[in-house]
Amino acid sequence: MSDDIYREIILDHYRNPRNKGKMPEADVSIHDSNPLCGDEIDIHLRVDGDKIKDIKFEGRGCAISQASASMLTEMVMNKPLTSVKDLTKDDILESIGLLNLGPARIKCALLSLKVLKLGMVKYYADRDPDSAKKLQEDTRAL
Amino acid sequence: MQKGVLDVEKIRQDFPILQRKVMGGKPLVYLDNAATTQKPLAVINAISDYYKNYNSNIHRAVHQLAEEATIAYEDTRKKIAKFINAKSTDEIIFTRNTTEAINLVAYSWGRQNVKKDDRIVITEIEHHSNIVPWQILTQEKGAKLEYVGVGDDGYLKMHEYRDCLDSNKVKLVSVSQMSNVLGTITPVDEIIRSSHEKGIPVLIDGAQSVPHMPVDVQKMDCDFMAFSAHKMLGPTGVGVLYVKRDILEKMPPFIGGGDMIKEVHKYETRYNDLPYRFEGGTPNIADVIGFAAAIDYLDNLGMDKVREHEVDITKYALDRISGVKGVTLYGPANVNDRGGVVSFNIGDIHPHDLATIMNDHGVAIRSGHHCAQVLMERLDVAATSRASFYIYNTKQEVDKFIEALNEARRLFKI
Repeated sequence: MSDDIYREIILDHYRNPRNKGKMPEADVSIHDSNPLCGDEIDIHLRVDGDKIKDIKFEGRGCAISQASASMLTEMVMNKPLTSVKDLTKDDILESIGLLNLGPARIKCALLSLKVLKLGMVKYYADRDPDSAKKLQEDTRAL
Repeated sequence: MQKGVLDVEKIRQDFPILQRKVMGGKPLVYLDNAATTQKPLAVINAISDYYKNYNSNIHRAVHQLAEEATIAYEDTRKKIAKFINAKSTDEIIFTRNTTEAINLVAYSWGRQNVKKDDRIVITEIEHHSNIVPWQILTQEKGAKLEYVGVGDDGYLKMHEYRDCLDSNKVKLVSVSQMSNVLGTITPVDEIIRSSHEKGIPVLIDGAQSVPHMPVDVQKMDCDFMAFSAHKMLGPTGVGVLYVKRDILEKMPPFIGGGDMIKEVHKYETRYNDLPYRFEGGTPNIADVIGFAAAIDYLDNLGMDKVREHEVDITKYALDRISGVKGVTLYGPANVNDRGGVVSFNIGDIHPHDLATIMNDHGVAIRSGHHCAQVLMERLDVAATSRASFYIYNTKQEVDKFIEALNEARRLFKI
Protein backbone atom coordinates (compact mmCIF):
# COMPACT_ATOMS: atom_id res chain seq x y z
CA MET A 1 0.00 0.00 0.00
CA SER A 2 0.97 3.62 -0.41
CA ASP A 3 2.43 3.99 3.07
CA ASP A 4 5.05 1.38 2.12
CA ILE A 5 5.79 3.00 -1.21
CA TYR A 6 6.03 6.66 -0.37
CA ARG A 7 8.54 6.33 2.44
CA GLU A 8 10.85 9.11 3.55
CA ILE A 9 13.73 7.83 1.43
CA ILE A 10 11.68 7.79 -1.78
CA LEU A 11 10.37 11.29 -1.16
CA ASP A 12 13.91 12.44 -0.34
CA HIS A 13 15.35 11.11 -3.60
CA TYR A 14 12.33 12.51 -5.48
CA ARG A 15 12.74 15.99 -4.06
CA ASN A 16 16.54 16.01 -3.78
CA PRO A 17 17.71 13.80 -6.63
CA ARG A 18 21.37 12.75 -6.60
CA ASN A 19 23.52 12.94 -9.72
CA LYS A 20 20.89 14.81 -11.67
CA GLY A 21 21.91 17.08 -14.52
CA LYS A 22 23.56 17.36 -17.88
CA MET A 23 26.93 15.89 -18.90
CA PRO A 24 28.24 17.54 -22.08
CA GLU A 25 31.35 15.33 -22.24
CA ALA A 26 29.49 12.03 -21.81
CA ASP A 27 30.72 8.92 -23.59
CA VAL A 28 27.16 7.67 -23.93
CA SER A 29 23.83 9.45 -23.60
CA ILE A 30 20.52 7.70 -23.98
CA HIS A 31 16.85 8.59 -23.58
CA ASP A 32 13.73 6.53 -23.11
CA SER A 33 10.21 7.06 -21.85
CA ASN A 34 7.36 5.08 -20.46
CA PRO A 35 4.42 5.67 -22.79
CA LEU A 36 1.98 4.52 -20.12
CA CYS A 37 2.84 7.28 -17.70
CA GLY A 38 4.92 9.65 -19.75
CA ASP A 39 7.88 9.25 -17.39
CA GLU A 40 11.10 10.29 -19.10
CA ILE A 41 14.70 9.46 -18.25
CA ASP A 42 18.00 10.44 -19.89
CA ILE A 43 21.16 8.78 -18.64
CA HIS A 44 24.68 10.06 -19.36
CA LEU A 45 27.74 7.90 -18.74
CA ARG A 46 31.47 8.44 -18.63
CA VAL A 47 33.38 5.24 -18.84
CA ASP A 48 37.01 4.84 -17.77
CA GLY A 49 38.49 1.49 -18.73
CA ASP A 50 36.02 -0.96 -17.38
CA LYS A 51 34.50 1.35 -14.81
CA ILE A 52 31.61 3.82 -14.73
CA LYS A 53 33.54 6.93 -13.91
CA ASP A 54 30.55 9.24 -13.79
CA ILE A 55 26.80 8.96 -14.25
CA LYS A 56 24.13 11.61 -14.41
CA PHE A 57 20.44 11.48 -15.14
CA GLU A 58 17.82 13.91 -16.32
CA GLY A 59 14.14 13.28 -16.33
CA ARG A 60 10.65 14.05 -15.29
CA GLY A 61 7.93 11.82 -14.01
CA CYS A 62 6.50 10.24 -10.91
CA ALA A 63 8.24 9.89 -7.56
CA ILE A 64 8.89 6.21 -8.18
CA SER A 65 10.59 6.69 -11.54
CA GLN A 66 12.66 9.69 -10.46
CA ALA A 67 13.65 8.37 -7.03
CA SER A 68 14.67 5.01 -8.45
CA ALA A 69 16.75 6.75 -11.12
CA SER A 70 18.48 8.77 -8.44
CA MET A 71 19.15 5.66 -6.35
CA LEU A 72 20.37 3.74 -9.37
CA THR A 73 23.00 6.36 -10.12
CA GLU A 74 24.33 5.99 -6.57
CA MET A 75 24.36 2.22 -6.91
CA VAL A 76 26.47 2.11 -10.06
CA MET A 77 28.77 5.09 -9.60
CA ASN A 78 32.41 3.95 -9.82
CA LYS A 79 31.34 0.34 -10.28
CA PRO A 80 32.85 -1.96 -12.91
CA LEU A 81 30.75 -2.29 -16.06
CA THR A 82 30.78 -6.07 -15.74
CA SER A 83 28.84 -5.95 -12.48
CA VAL A 84 26.45 -3.26 -13.71
CA LYS A 85 25.81 -5.32 -16.83
CA ASP A 86 24.31 -8.14 -14.79
CA LEU A 87 22.01 -6.04 -12.60
CA THR A 88 18.55 -7.56 -12.58
CA LYS A 89 15.10 -6.22 -12.05
CA ASP A 90 14.97 -7.74 -8.56
CA ASP A 91 18.33 -6.19 -7.64
CA ILE A 92 16.84 -2.78 -8.27
CA LEU A 93 13.47 -3.36 -6.64
CA GLU A 94 15.16 -4.80 -3.59
CA SER A 95 17.68 -2.04 -3.14
CA ILE A 96 15.09 0.70 -3.50
CA GLY A 97 12.76 -1.23 -1.22
CA LEU A 98 9.85 -1.42 -3.63
CA LEU A 99 9.21 -5.14 -3.93
CA ASN A 100 5.45 -4.78 -3.55
CA LEU A 101 4.71 -2.58 -6.55
CA GLY A 102 1.76 -3.52 -8.74
CA PRO A 103 2.30 -4.29 -12.43
CA ALA A 104 1.17 -0.82 -13.47
CA ARG A 105 3.83 0.91 -11.39
CA ILE A 106 6.72 -1.53 -11.69
CA LYS A 107 7.59 -0.07 -15.08
CA CYS A 108 8.09 3.31 -13.40
CA ALA A 109 10.62 1.80 -11.01
CA LEU A 110 12.49 -0.04 -13.76
CA LEU A 111 12.62 2.69 -16.38
CA SER A 112 16.03 3.97 -15.27
CA LEU A 113 17.52 0.46 -15.30
CA LYS A 114 16.16 0.01 -18.80
CA VAL A 115 17.72 3.28 -19.94
CA LEU A 116 21.04 2.39 -18.28
CA LYS A 117 21.09 -0.96 -20.03
CA LEU A 118 20.21 0.68 -23.35
CA GLY A 119 23.11 3.05 -22.76
CA MET A 120 25.41 0.10 -22.25
CA VAL A 121 24.07 -1.52 -25.42
CA LYS A 122 25.20 1.60 -27.23
CA TYR A 123 28.57 1.53 -25.46
CA TYR A 124 29.19 -2.14 -26.21
CA ALA A 125 27.83 -2.05 -29.77
CA ASP A 126 31.26 -1.97 -31.44
CA ARG A 127 33.42 -2.99 -28.50
CA ASP A 128 31.69 -6.21 -27.52
CA PRO A 129 28.75 -7.10 -29.79
CA ASP A 130 27.89 -10.22 -27.76
CA SER A 131 27.39 -8.26 -24.54
CA ALA A 132 25.44 -5.64 -26.46
CA LYS A 133 23.14 -8.33 -27.77
CA LYS A 134 22.58 -9.84 -24.35
CA LEU A 135 21.88 -6.43 -22.80
CA GLN A 136 19.44 -5.65 -25.58
CA GLU A 137 17.57 -8.84 -24.72
CA ASP A 138 17.60 -7.90 -21.02
CA THR A 139 15.89 -4.60 -21.76
CA ARG A 140 12.98 -6.36 -23.46
CA ALA A 141 12.11 -8.04 -20.16
CA LEU A 142 12.04 -4.71 -18.30
CA MET B 1 -29.48 11.73 0.62
CA GLN B 2 -30.60 14.81 -1.24
CA LYS B 3 -32.62 13.94 -4.35
CA GLY B 4 -31.05 15.41 -7.45
CA VAL B 5 -32.26 15.64 -10.99
CA LEU B 6 -31.54 11.91 -11.51
CA ASP B 7 -32.50 9.10 -9.14
CA VAL B 8 -28.87 8.06 -8.74
CA GLU B 9 -29.49 5.39 -6.11
CA LYS B 10 -31.90 3.65 -8.47
CA ILE B 11 -29.52 4.05 -11.40
CA ARG B 12 -26.68 2.49 -9.40
CA GLN B 13 -28.72 -0.70 -8.97
CA ASP B 14 -28.58 -1.19 -12.73
CA PHE B 15 -24.76 -1.40 -12.75
CA PRO B 16 -23.49 -4.69 -11.32
CA ILE B 17 -19.88 -3.47 -11.20
CA LEU B 18 -20.77 -0.64 -8.84
CA GLN B 19 -21.63 -3.22 -6.18
CA ARG B 20 -18.12 -4.67 -6.15
CA LYS B 21 -15.38 -3.97 -3.64
CA VAL B 22 -11.79 -3.21 -4.53
CA MET B 23 -8.47 -3.03 -2.69
CA GLY B 24 -9.44 -5.40 0.07
CA GLY B 25 -13.03 -4.46 0.73
CA LYS B 26 -13.41 -0.80 -0.22
CA PRO B 27 -16.44 0.24 -2.28
CA LEU B 28 -15.46 1.17 -5.82
CA VAL B 29 -15.56 4.91 -6.46
CA TYR B 30 -15.32 5.01 -10.22
CA LEU B 31 -14.27 8.45 -11.45
CA ASP B 32 -12.67 7.52 -14.76
CA ASN B 33 -15.73 7.93 -16.95
CA ALA B 34 -14.07 10.08 -19.58
CA ALA B 35 -11.90 7.03 -20.36
CA THR B 36 -14.79 4.59 -20.42
CA THR B 37 -18.08 4.30 -18.57
CA GLN B 38 -19.49 1.27 -16.79
CA LYS B 39 -22.21 -0.80 -18.43
CA PRO B 40 -25.76 -1.31 -17.16
CA LEU B 41 -27.15 -4.84 -16.97
CA ALA B 42 -29.43 -4.09 -19.92
CA VAL B 43 -26.37 -3.69 -22.18
CA ILE B 44 -24.64 -6.79 -20.84
CA ASN B 45 -27.85 -8.79 -21.27
CA ALA B 46 -28.44 -7.56 -24.81
CA ILE B 47 -24.99 -8.80 -25.82
CA SER B 48 -25.36 -12.21 -24.19
CA ASP B 49 -28.93 -12.54 -25.52
CA TYR B 50 -27.58 -12.13 -29.06
CA TYR B 51 -24.91 -14.79 -28.53
CA LYS B 52 -27.29 -17.14 -26.74
CA ASN B 53 -30.31 -16.81 -28.97
CA TYR B 54 -29.71 -15.38 -32.43
CA ASN B 55 -25.97 -15.27 -33.12
CA SER B 56 -25.59 -15.08 -36.87
CA ASN B 57 -23.90 -13.02 -39.55
CA ILE B 58 -25.94 -10.17 -40.94
CA HIS B 59 -27.13 -8.76 -44.27
CA ARG B 60 -26.71 -11.95 -46.31
CA ALA B 61 -28.19 -15.22 -45.12
CA VAL B 62 -31.93 -15.70 -45.38
CA HIS B 63 -32.44 -17.93 -42.35
CA GLN B 64 -34.34 -16.72 -39.30
CA LEU B 65 -31.32 -16.08 -37.09
CA ALA B 66 -29.70 -13.88 -39.73
CA GLU B 67 -32.89 -11.95 -40.15
CA GLU B 68 -33.22 -11.34 -36.41
CA ALA B 69 -29.59 -10.29 -36.09
CA THR B 70 -29.86 -7.97 -39.10
CA ILE B 71 -32.96 -6.32 -37.69
CA ALA B 72 -31.33 -5.81 -34.28
CA TYR B 73 -28.13 -4.43 -35.86
CA GLU B 74 -30.07 -2.02 -38.09
CA ASP B 75 -32.32 -1.02 -35.20
CA THR B 76 -29.26 0.35 -33.45
CA ARG B 77 -28.53 2.49 -36.50
CA LYS B 78 -32.06 3.89 -36.35
CA LYS B 79 -31.74 4.63 -32.65
CA ILE B 80 -28.43 6.44 -33.16
CA ALA B 81 -29.81 8.50 -36.03
CA LYS B 82 -32.68 9.55 -33.79
CA PHE B 83 -30.39 10.11 -30.77
CA ILE B 84 -28.23 12.68 -32.60
CA ASN B 85 -31.09 13.77 -34.90
CA ALA B 86 -29.48 12.75 -38.20
CA LYS B 87 -31.70 13.18 -41.24
CA SER B 88 -31.32 9.57 -42.30
CA THR B 89 -29.92 6.24 -41.10
CA ASP B 90 -27.82 6.23 -44.30
CA GLU B 91 -25.64 8.86 -42.66
CA ILE B 92 -24.65 6.60 -39.74
CA ILE B 93 -21.56 4.43 -40.23
CA PHE B 94 -20.36 1.93 -37.65
CA THR B 95 -16.65 1.90 -36.91
CA ARG B 96 -14.56 0.43 -34.09
CA ASN B 97 -14.30 3.72 -32.19
CA THR B 98 -13.93 7.48 -32.55
CA THR B 99 -10.33 7.06 -33.67
CA GLU B 100 -11.32 4.81 -36.57
CA ALA B 101 -14.17 7.14 -37.49
CA ILE B 102 -11.79 10.11 -37.79
CA ASN B 103 -9.28 7.99 -39.70
CA LEU B 104 -12.05 6.98 -42.09
CA VAL B 105 -12.63 10.65 -42.91
CA ALA B 106 -8.89 11.31 -43.24
CA TYR B 107 -8.24 8.35 -45.52
CA SER B 108 -11.39 8.58 -47.63
CA TRP B 109 -12.53 12.19 -47.79
CA GLY B 110 -9.11 13.60 -46.92
CA ARG B 111 -7.13 11.78 -49.59
CA GLN B 112 -9.66 12.81 -52.19
CA ASN B 113 -9.95 16.46 -51.22
CA VAL B 114 -6.73 17.63 -49.59
CA LYS B 115 -3.96 18.70 -51.94
CA LYS B 116 -0.45 20.13 -51.65
CA ASP B 117 -0.28 23.39 -49.63
CA ASP B 118 -3.87 23.00 -48.41
CA ARG B 119 -4.51 23.47 -44.70
CA ILE B 120 -6.35 21.54 -42.06
CA VAL B 121 -7.27 23.42 -38.89
CA ILE B 122 -7.44 21.70 -35.49
CA THR B 123 -6.93 22.97 -31.93
CA GLU B 124 -4.50 22.53 -29.06
CA ILE B 125 -7.11 20.72 -26.97
CA GLU B 126 -7.47 17.78 -29.35
CA HIS B 127 -7.10 14.14 -28.37
CA HIS B 128 -4.38 12.26 -30.29
CA SER B 129 -7.17 10.68 -32.35
CA ASN B 130 -7.93 14.09 -33.83
CA ILE B 131 -4.26 15.01 -34.38
CA VAL B 132 -2.36 12.00 -35.71
CA PRO B 133 -4.68 11.16 -38.66
CA TRP B 134 -4.28 14.76 -39.87
CA GLN B 135 -0.50 14.64 -39.41
CA ILE B 136 -0.40 11.50 -41.55
CA LEU B 137 -2.64 13.05 -44.21
CA THR B 138 -0.92 16.43 -44.38
CA GLN B 139 2.52 14.81 -44.48
CA GLU B 140 1.43 12.53 -47.30
CA LYS B 141 -0.06 15.39 -49.30
CA GLY B 142 2.44 18.13 -48.51
CA ALA B 143 -0.37 20.04 -46.82
CA LYS B 144 -0.18 22.00 -43.57
CA LEU B 145 -1.68 21.39 -40.15
CA GLU B 146 -2.64 24.51 -38.19
CA TYR B 147 -3.57 24.81 -34.53
CA VAL B 148 -6.00 27.14 -32.83
CA GLY B 149 -4.53 27.85 -29.41
CA VAL B 150 -6.14 27.53 -26.01
CA GLY B 151 -5.89 30.27 -23.39
CA ASP B 152 -4.83 29.82 -19.78
CA ASP B 153 -8.52 30.13 -18.92
CA GLY B 154 -9.24 26.91 -20.85
CA TYR B 155 -11.12 28.60 -23.71
CA LEU B 156 -10.16 28.39 -27.38
CA LYS B 157 -8.56 31.53 -28.79
CA MET B 158 -11.29 32.31 -31.27
CA HIS B 159 -9.38 35.21 -32.82
CA GLU B 160 -6.73 32.68 -33.89
CA TYR B 161 -9.46 30.59 -35.41
CA ARG B 162 -10.80 33.52 -37.40
CA ASP B 163 -7.25 34.32 -38.55
CA CYS B 164 -6.82 30.72 -39.73
CA LEU B 165 -9.97 30.98 -41.83
CA ASP B 166 -8.61 34.06 -43.63
CA SER B 167 -6.49 31.76 -45.74
CA ASN B 168 -8.35 30.39 -48.73
CA LYS B 169 -6.34 27.18 -48.42
CA VAL B 170 -8.28 25.66 -45.50
CA LYS B 171 -9.96 22.43 -46.56
CA LEU B 172 -11.26 21.15 -43.23
CA VAL B 173 -11.77 22.23 -39.63
CA SER B 174 -11.74 19.40 -37.09
CA VAL B 175 -12.47 20.19 -33.47
CA SER B 176 -13.57 18.50 -30.29
CA GLN B 177 -16.90 19.58 -28.82
CA MET B 178 -15.66 18.83 -25.31
CA SER B 179 -12.06 18.56 -24.12
CA ASN B 180 -11.29 15.27 -22.39
CA VAL B 181 -8.75 17.08 -20.18
CA LEU B 182 -10.04 20.59 -19.55
CA GLY B 183 -13.70 19.74 -19.92
CA THR B 184 -14.05 22.86 -22.10
CA ILE B 185 -17.21 22.87 -24.19
CA THR B 186 -16.15 24.53 -27.41
CA PRO B 187 -18.33 27.02 -29.33
CA VAL B 188 -19.07 24.59 -32.16
CA ASP B 189 -22.07 26.55 -33.47
CA GLU B 190 -19.91 29.60 -34.05
CA ILE B 191 -17.04 27.48 -35.41
CA ILE B 192 -19.30 25.73 -37.90
CA ARG B 193 -21.12 28.90 -38.95
CA SER B 194 -17.95 30.82 -39.74
CA SER B 195 -16.39 27.83 -41.52
CA HIS B 196 -19.45 27.33 -43.66
CA GLU B 197 -19.41 31.00 -44.65
CA LYS B 198 -16.14 30.12 -46.38
CA GLY B 199 -17.44 26.81 -47.69
CA ILE B 200 -15.23 24.77 -45.36
CA PRO B 201 -16.63 21.54 -43.90
CA VAL B 202 -16.29 20.82 -40.17
CA LEU B 203 -15.67 17.56 -38.32
CA ILE B 204 -16.80 17.45 -34.70
CA ASP B 205 -15.10 15.00 -32.33
CA GLY B 206 -18.06 14.15 -30.15
CA ALA B 207 -16.37 11.43 -28.07
CA GLN B 208 -16.81 13.46 -24.87
CA SER B 209 -19.90 15.50 -25.76
CA VAL B 210 -22.39 13.00 -27.20
CA PRO B 211 -22.37 10.87 -24.00
CA HIS B 212 -22.91 13.85 -21.72
CA MET B 213 -25.25 16.40 -23.32
CA PRO B 214 -28.00 16.70 -25.92
CA VAL B 215 -26.42 16.81 -29.39
CA ASP B 216 -28.35 17.62 -32.56
CA VAL B 217 -26.26 17.27 -35.72
CA GLN B 218 -28.82 19.00 -37.94
CA LYS B 219 -29.13 22.01 -35.67
CA MET B 220 -25.37 22.15 -35.21
CA ASP B 221 -24.97 21.64 -38.97
CA CYS B 222 -21.65 19.79 -38.67
CA ASP B 223 -20.51 17.83 -41.73
CA PHE B 224 -18.87 14.96 -39.87
CA MET B 225 -19.21 13.76 -36.31
CA ALA B 226 -17.41 10.91 -34.54
CA PHE B 227 -18.10 9.27 -31.18
CA SER B 228 -17.71 5.99 -29.28
CA ALA B 229 -20.25 3.65 -27.67
CA HIS B 230 -18.06 2.71 -24.72
CA LYS B 231 -18.00 6.23 -23.33
CA MET B 232 -21.81 6.24 -23.11
CA LEU B 233 -22.70 2.99 -21.32
CA GLY B 234 -22.17 0.88 -24.46
CA PRO B 235 -19.61 -1.81 -25.21
CA THR B 236 -16.06 -1.25 -26.43
CA GLY B 237 -15.38 -1.86 -30.10
CA VAL B 238 -18.19 0.28 -31.52
CA GLY B 239 -17.79 3.78 -32.84
CA VAL B 240 -20.03 5.95 -34.96
CA LEU B 241 -19.26 8.25 -37.85
CA TYR B 242 -22.00 10.61 -38.94
CA VAL B 243 -21.51 12.23 -42.35
CA LYS B 244 -23.92 14.51 -44.20
CA ARG B 245 -25.39 12.57 -47.06
CA ASP B 246 -24.24 14.80 -49.93
CA ILE B 247 -20.63 14.51 -48.70
CA LEU B 248 -20.86 10.79 -47.99
CA GLU B 249 -22.15 10.06 -51.48
CA LYS B 250 -18.96 11.41 -53.01
CA MET B 251 -16.57 9.68 -50.59
CA PRO B 252 -14.53 6.72 -51.88
CA PRO B 253 -14.58 3.52 -49.77
CA PHE B 254 -12.12 3.18 -46.90
CA ILE B 255 -11.96 -0.57 -46.24
CA GLY B 256 -12.52 -2.90 -49.18
CA GLY B 257 -13.95 -6.37 -48.72
CA GLY B 258 -17.15 -8.19 -47.95
CA ASP B 259 -20.43 -6.44 -47.19
CA MET B 260 -19.33 -3.15 -48.77
CA ILE B 261 -19.88 -4.39 -52.33
CA LYS B 262 -22.73 -5.00 -54.74
CA GLU B 263 -20.80 -6.93 -57.37
CA VAL B 264 -17.18 -7.98 -57.53
CA HIS B 265 -15.56 -8.97 -60.84
CA LYS B 266 -11.97 -9.83 -61.57
CA TYR B 267 -10.80 -6.25 -62.03
CA GLU B 268 -13.63 -4.08 -60.90
CA THR B 269 -16.22 -3.77 -58.18
CA ARG B 270 -19.55 -2.02 -57.83
CA TYR B 271 -19.79 -0.71 -54.33
CA ASN B 272 -22.76 -1.11 -52.05
CA ASP B 273 -25.24 1.63 -51.16
CA LEU B 274 -24.82 3.97 -48.19
CA PRO B 275 -23.95 3.38 -45.43
CA TYR B 276 -22.82 -0.22 -46.10
CA ARG B 277 -20.17 0.94 -48.55
CA PHE B 278 -18.15 2.04 -45.54
CA GLU B 279 -18.59 -1.07 -43.42
CA GLY B 280 -16.32 -3.62 -45.07
CA GLY B 281 -16.12 -7.05 -43.45
CA THR B 282 -18.26 -8.61 -40.73
CA PRO B 283 -18.91 -5.84 -38.23
CA ASN B 284 -19.01 -6.03 -34.45
CA ILE B 285 -22.60 -7.27 -34.46
CA ALA B 286 -22.96 -8.19 -30.78
CA ASP B 287 -21.61 -4.91 -29.49
CA VAL B 288 -23.59 -2.80 -31.94
CA ILE B 289 -26.70 -4.58 -30.64
CA GLY B 290 -25.53 -3.93 -27.07
CA PHE B 291 -25.11 -0.25 -27.92
CA ALA B 292 -28.85 0.01 -28.67
CA ALA B 293 -29.59 -0.89 -25.04
CA ALA B 294 -27.24 1.89 -23.93
CA ILE B 295 -29.02 4.44 -26.12
CA ASP B 296 -32.37 3.30 -24.74
CA TYR B 297 -31.03 3.72 -21.22
CA LEU B 298 -29.82 7.28 -21.86
CA ASP B 299 -32.99 8.16 -23.76
CA ASN B 300 -35.07 7.06 -20.80
CA LEU B 301 -33.10 9.32 -18.49
CA GLY B 302 -33.13 12.21 -20.96
CA MET B 303 -29.87 13.81 -22.08
CA ASP B 304 -30.87 17.20 -20.68
CA LYS B 305 -31.14 15.57 -17.25
CA VAL B 306 -27.82 13.76 -17.70
CA ARG B 307 -26.21 17.10 -18.40
CA GLU B 308 -27.96 18.76 -15.46
CA HIS B 309 -26.78 16.03 -13.08
CA GLU B 310 -23.20 16.41 -14.29
CA VAL B 311 -23.22 20.18 -13.94
CA ASP B 312 -24.45 19.72 -10.38
CA ILE B 313 -21.82 17.16 -9.36
CA THR B 314 -19.02 18.95 -11.21
CA LYS B 315 -19.87 22.20 -9.47
CA TYR B 316 -19.76 20.40 -6.12
CA ALA B 317 -16.43 18.77 -6.98
CA LEU B 318 -14.89 22.06 -8.13
CA ASP B 319 -16.07 23.80 -4.96
CA ARG B 320 -14.62 21.10 -2.72
CA ILE B 321 -11.31 20.64 -4.53
CA SER B 322 -10.63 24.40 -4.64
CA GLY B 323 -10.51 24.24 -0.85
CA VAL B 324 -7.68 21.68 -0.86
CA LYS B 325 -4.26 23.18 -0.22
CA GLY B 326 -1.79 22.99 -3.08
CA VAL B 327 -4.29 22.20 -5.85
CA THR B 328 -3.95 23.67 -9.35
CA LEU B 329 -7.11 23.31 -11.46
CA TYR B 330 -7.23 23.31 -15.25
CA GLY B 331 -10.09 24.34 -17.51
CA PRO B 332 -12.86 26.95 -17.46
CA ALA B 333 -13.92 28.21 -14.04
CA ASN B 334 -17.54 28.51 -15.17
CA VAL B 335 -19.16 25.09 -14.75
CA ASN B 336 -21.66 25.86 -17.51
CA ASP B 337 -18.82 25.92 -20.03
CA ARG B 338 -17.40 22.56 -19.08
CA GLY B 339 -18.30 18.90 -18.95
CA GLY B 340 -18.03 16.57 -15.98
CA VAL B 341 -14.26 16.50 -16.02
CA VAL B 342 -11.96 17.90 -13.33
CA SER B 343 -8.25 17.93 -14.18
CA PHE B 344 -5.76 19.07 -11.59
CA ASN B 345 -2.34 18.78 -10.01
CA ILE B 346 -1.48 18.97 -6.35
CA GLY B 347 1.85 20.21 -5.00
CA ASP B 348 4.75 18.24 -6.42
CA ILE B 349 2.86 14.94 -6.36
CA HIS B 350 3.09 13.33 -9.77
CA PRO B 351 -0.36 12.25 -11.04
CA HIS B 352 0.73 8.62 -11.17
CA ASP B 353 1.71 8.67 -7.54
CA LEU B 354 -1.57 10.36 -6.72
CA ALA B 355 -3.58 7.76 -8.65
CA THR B 356 -1.76 5.00 -6.78
CA ILE B 357 -2.67 6.53 -3.42
CA MET B 358 -6.27 7.12 -4.54
CA ASN B 359 -6.48 3.50 -5.64
CA ASP B 360 -5.67 2.42 -2.09
CA HIS B 361 -8.93 4.09 -1.11
CA GLY B 362 -10.91 2.45 -3.89
CA VAL B 363 -11.03 5.70 -5.87
CA ALA B 364 -10.36 5.17 -9.59
CA ILE B 365 -9.09 8.32 -11.30
CA ARG B 366 -7.02 8.74 -14.42
CA SER B 367 -3.52 10.13 -14.45
CA GLY B 368 -1.21 10.91 -17.32
CA HIS B 369 -1.33 12.89 -20.52
CA HIS B 370 -4.85 11.66 -21.42
CA CYS B 371 -3.82 11.19 -25.05
CA ALA B 372 -3.49 14.97 -25.29
CA GLN B 373 0.27 15.60 -25.25
CA VAL B 374 -0.05 18.73 -27.39
CA LEU B 375 -2.27 20.21 -24.67
CA MET B 376 0.10 18.98 -21.92
CA GLU B 377 2.96 20.84 -23.63
CA ARG B 378 0.77 23.92 -23.87
CA LEU B 379 -0.06 23.70 -20.15
CA ASP B 380 3.63 22.98 -19.51
CA VAL B 381 2.90 19.93 -17.39
CA ALA B 382 4.00 16.34 -17.90
CA ALA B 383 0.66 15.01 -16.79
CA THR B 384 -2.49 15.80 -14.84
CA SER B 385 -4.84 13.86 -12.63
CA ARG B 386 -8.42 13.68 -13.79
CA ALA B 387 -11.68 12.81 -12.10
CA SER B 388 -14.62 12.46 -14.48
CA PHE B 389 -18.24 11.86 -13.64
CA TYR B 390 -21.28 10.16 -15.03
CA ILE B 391 -24.92 9.43 -14.25
CA TYR B 392 -24.18 7.07 -11.35
CA ASN B 393 -21.74 9.24 -9.40
CA THR B 394 -22.79 10.80 -6.11
CA LYS B 395 -21.62 13.73 -3.99
CA GLN B 396 -20.65 11.21 -1.31
CA GLU B 397 -18.21 9.75 -3.83
CA VAL B 398 -16.80 13.22 -4.41
CA ASP B 399 -16.31 13.44 -0.63
CA LYS B 400 -14.37 10.15 -0.65
CA PHE B 401 -12.25 11.46 -3.49
CA ILE B 402 -11.45 14.59 -1.46
CA GLU B 403 -10.58 12.44 1.59
CA ALA B 404 -8.19 10.39 -0.50
CA LEU B 405 -6.67 13.59 -1.86
CA ASN B 406 -6.01 14.76 1.68
CA GLU B 407 -4.42 11.41 2.48
CA ALA B 408 -2.04 11.96 -0.46
CA ARG B 409 -1.17 15.39 0.95
CA ARG B 410 -0.36 13.77 4.28
CA LEU B 411 1.93 11.15 2.70
CA PHE B 412 3.76 13.74 0.63
CA LYS B 413 3.81 16.25 3.49
CA ILE B 414 2.15 19.05 1.55
